[in-house]
Amino acid sequence: MLSKGLKRKREEEEEKEEGLSVDSWWLDQSHPAVSQTPPAAASSSLFDLSVLKLHHSLRQSEPDLRHLVLVVNTLRRIQASMEPATALPPVPTPPTAPSVADSLLASSDAGLSASMASLLEDLNHIEDLNQVPEPQADEGPPGRSVGGVPANLGALDLLGPATGCLLDDGLEGLFEDIDTSMYDSELWVPASEGLKPGPENGLAKEQTPELDEAELDYLMDVLVGTQALERPPGPGR
Amino acid sequence: MAGAGGGNDIQWCFSQVKGAVDDDVAEADIISTVEFNYSGELLATGDKGGRVVIFQQEQENKIQSHSRGEYNVYSTFQSHEPEFDYLKSLEIEEKINKIRWLPQKNAAQFLLSTNDKTIKLWKISERDKRPEGYNLKEEDGRYRDPTTVTTLRVPVFRPMDLMVEASPRRIFANAHTYHINSISINSDYETYLSADDLRINLWHLEITDRSFNIVDIKPANMEELTEVITAAEFHPNSCNTFVYSSSKGTIRLCDMRAAALCDRHSKLFEEPEDPSNRSFFSEIISSISDVKFSHSGRYMMTRDYLSVKIWDLNMENRPVETYQVHEYLRSKLCSLYENDCIFDKFECCWNGSDSVVMTGSYNNFFRMFDRNTKRDITLEASRENNKPRTVLKPRKVCASGKRKKDEISVDSLDFNKKILHTAWHPKENIIAVATTNNLYIFQDKVN
Repeated sequence: MLSKGLKRKREEEEEKEEGLSVDSWWLDQSHPAVSQTPPAAASSSLFDLSVLKLHHSLRQSEPDLRHLVLVVNTLRRIQASMEPATALPPVPTPPTAPSVADSLLASSDAGLSASMASLLEDLNHIEDLNQVPEPQADEGPPGRSVGGVPANLGALDLLGPATGCLLDDGLEGLFEDIDTSMYDSELWVPASEGLKPGPENGLAKEQTPELDEAELDYLMDVLVGTQALERPPGPGR
Repeated sequence: MAGAGGGNDIQWCFSQVKGAVDDDVAEADIISTVEFNYSGELLATGDKGGRVVIFQQEQENKIQSHSRGEYNVYSTFQSHEPEFDYLKSLEIEEKINKIRWLPQKNAAQFLLSTNDKTIKLWKISERDKRPEGYNLKEEDGRYRDPTTVTTLRVPVFRPMDLMVEASPRRIFANAHTYHINSISINSDYETYLSADDLRINLWHLEITDRSFNIVDIKPANMEELTEVITAAEFHPNSCNTFVYSSSKGTIRLCDMRAAALCDRHSKLFEEPEDPSNRSFFSEIISSISDVKFSHSGRYMMTRDYLSVKIWDLNMENRPVETYQVHEYLRSKLCSLYENDCIFDKFECCWNGSDSVVMTGSYNNFFRMFDRNTKRDITLEASRENNKPRTVLKPRKVCASGKRKKDEISVDSLDFNKKILHTAWHPKENIIAVATTNNLYIFQDKVN
């Protein structure tokens, strides 16, 4: 997830191009869809834009903390205003997600919190790099989020409101409609190892669905209190 | 003289422009900081390539007193190089984030310059004489055979072409995990602070292997992070007092006498949100990008995305003055969020008498606000009309409706042309305004 091995500048350029190639039709007031759009849809567009920004920020080798924090806080505001009005977009069945945008949209909610949590968890250990290495597999994104079948999904129903962390009280709503069959699909391949062979989908973000599943994995482990961080990397690495 | 008549009664004239002419901007040439020294005789700039360029004001020509001395290049040196942190596999940018001058104590000048991680103390000294007439050495440095020396002479200093040398005297490294955004020299002239996103450290100028951590807002669990430090500054007179601003629009004033770790502020400055202006972007636009004490020490100024606020240190619940920099952008926040301009960090500065404040905007515009007359002016830093002593024409942005002649509409503004860094001479009406890669110097019209 964090491409720490890559030089920041070059990566920034690449990611900038990806991040800013968003079609901004929703900002064009003369666009019929926009002028007729009810506020909920506008919030949703802003939400998606913010998620894209967050992903872009997360992919920097050393994220700008101020930018990250401001985007995350803005996302929370938007998220708060969106529920309970908007229905959740359905989670697609990867890896046959038809397009990058769709998979981002659909997995954004679930992936968002997990991404933020994972990144900030990583940030926790920036200073610890000088000290004794952590026993957990925190050396990089792959180690943590890979695992087998996750723990009891029913435990999610017991979620109470989060206590002041980024995994917000909207969590229950987020996970309501999840199709649990996604957890039977293939394990995540880290970004640095290249794209999995898959359908003819040459887009760079093809692995995002796997990414989010794995992060969802981790997220659930955290939530149900089982920090299964020592799991060895699964097949596909 | 400084500030007499305020920002509007002064007629600002173009004086000089430094930097490349062509539109193709080299990344390394992007100016990242501008700072006058205590006397105003020296003007330093830092750029993205890690270089520092110092300009020196010419001594005034008494005969031609229609303008003040020009600023010419005095010294150029590479302050910071790009580094690679092997432990984290990260490049450390060489971009100079801030320069701060020390007051002059002897013939040499000293300044602090910092990138994201390392602060350096530089000594800039002049050499205009050199010794000549050694007995045992030739002029080119070769040693003479002692047996050929028949008479002795005393070496003497002879004048030479002025050479300005910059040498690093101290390197303050490895104290910041996050990106340094501010440095500020204490009024005791012995210590200084450096601030990153989550921590503020106190240093002694003589000691490089140790610093004291005086503020730490890092949460135990980074997942709980919601606020970062955006700027910090020492009080100009009170050596135990400093302030730091946050991404949530608050300013905390701390007293170092109260505790070793100043996590508890003495004062918290925050203006309640205006409910009629509430939006998704409220927090982002409230994020403070710069904080500066007035020279008197009685006020401080903060810059957020749309406004400049003046605070009286004795009143925490709201600023005493608020000036709108570019209110016409409020309806464009969504677009500015999309193109990331909403995250731009503008700086602000006071004039020498604290009567006028200045800050930058887009389209190479910059704004001045006269605190006494309550008038403001918008000027442009542009190579057009760049004859010396040409009076700058005030600009106006048309927010909506019919655009008058000479006005520019909001949609025509060039958001890539941003003036983030400005500086005001400590004593005179001379200002330095940095566009992306050019430095403009403007003066008030004399006579």
